[in-house]
Amino acid sequence: MHVHFLDPYRPLTSPVHALDGRVKFILAVAFILTVSLTPFGAWPVYLLLWSIVLSAEILSGLGVGYVLRRAALALPFVLAAIPLAFTTPGTPWLEFPLGPWQLTLTLDGLLRFANVAVKSWLSVQAAIVLASSTEFRDLLLAMRAVRIPRLLVAMFGLMWRYLFVLVGEALRLMRARSARSGIAQRPAAAPRRRPGGSVAWRGKVAGGMAGNLFLRAVDRSDRIYVAMLSRGYDGEVRSFATQPVPPGARVTLWIGLALLGLLWLGGTLVWG
Amino acid sequence: MHHSIEVKELTFSYPDGHPALRGVSFSIAAGEKVALVGPNGAGKSTLLLHLNGILRGQGSIAVCGQALTEATLSAIRSAVGMVFQDPDDQLFSLTVFDDVAFGPVYQGLPEAEVRGRVEQALAEVGMSDRAARVSHHLSGGEKKRIAIATVLSMQPEILALDEPTSGLDPRARRGLIRLLGELPMTMLVSTHDLRMVRELLPRTIVLDSGLIVADGPTTEVLNDPDLLQAHGLEMP
Repeated sequence: MHVHFLDPYRPLTSPVHALDGRVKFILAVAFILTVSLTPFGAWPVYLLLWSIVLSAEILSGLGVGYVLRRAALALPFVLAAIPLAFTTPGTPWLEFPLGPWQLTLTLDGLLRFANVAVKSWLSVQAAIVLASSTEFRDLLLAMRAVRIPRLLVAMFGLMWRYLFVLVGEALRLMRARSARSGIAQRPAAAPRRRPGGSVAWRGKVAGGMAGNLFLRAVDRSDRIYVAMLSRGYDGEVRSFATQPVPPGARVTLWIGLALLGLLWLGGTLVWG
Repeated sequence: MHHSIEVKELTFSYPDGHPALRGVSFSIAAGEKVALVGPNGAGKSTLLLHLNGILRGQGSIAVCGQALTEATLSAIRSAVGMVFQDPDDQLFSLTVFDDVAFGPVYQGLPEAEVRGRVEQALAEVGMSDRAARVSHHLSGGEKKRIAIATVLSMQPEILALDEPTSGLDPRARRGLIRLLGELPMTMLVSTHDLRMVRELLPRTIVLDSGLIVADGPTTEVLNDPDLLQAHGLEMP
């Protein structure tokens, strides 16, 4: 069975898609770094950073709407920053009791929270543009090119390859469960018995399925390793030497890095 | 005569003590095509995994005139092309090209030769246009062929195949049988597909409970209903 819907890559023809994967990878990481290093309150810089990622979204043909919808998936993680709104000292804005505690929402705290939220929102957008416009193997090549340890890159590759197989297996398990989860007519003898079993029983079934999936994954990893050994794998990850980055892409890389560097410098000098 | 595979008194027990092979001896001449049949749990896959030293039991194994030891392990692994039952285990790279190139890369060949080997292997299995494809997008029959290409690119002297026709539709199965018939190397095929055995493999070894219970020309073995029934097989 094929599971494609997990793959974020959207095959389109655009200058962003055509750009060398290594350049895209480095620029995306540099963008995220710039976003996280830009000091608190440097709102104009954030606006400029947003305009950069927006241009990439439009240029890539993915569309702003597409990226924003995907970025919404990362929203729950922003909630982790909510305590900031209450713990930062400053002008109290709103006070309310929560059980034995008195919570004080400060204006500074709220701004800090907004700042963290904007940072993660911008970073996620850059990551989405990267993943949607670059095929996974090009991402792996890029990681290798920037000297991320080969073993780690090989593990990412294997994870990606078998993610689809595992999801397929999980779906088959769930389908097999659904196929046997028909609700019969309630027997007269036990009219109050709930169809579908108790929550505890269903929890047990789900736990069993998770365990089953884990065991299958372990078994499969054994078989894959044997298949690798059979073709000469000796513990060292080998691959071809990569081609040099074309000059045009190099120029894009340096311009992009210079732009991000300037934004960071400006932000640090004025607001730092 | 110089035998391609020589196995003597091979015994093997799994770590839980369950005996899988109990004194197996046979030899296969260069270029011979042999079927390995028997019920589930007979030890067929276990035996195949001994041929390239993935499992190491007691007894002696020699492949292409070389005794299997730590020192010859690497050479023997590149001489024995092992094709596993589930192509998803065999195709572990992101693209078909990377998978077919894996063996040659580990043989230490230069890049140009690796590319040549990949092209040739994919052409042999009729999948030349799939090199850039992502493995998980392929059909079952395509995966099987590419799994075979991943070992052909190593230019092995022996092909060991585990259930090559399982899960294939009739056309894919037919295509695979034709492909295996065209390949010149020594072959040991573990299978339940006795119709394929009759068509493709002139010699049959019957394995049951870790012992060889019959070894002879396929026409004789497959025409012995009592033998087949005694070991959980059916006349094709």
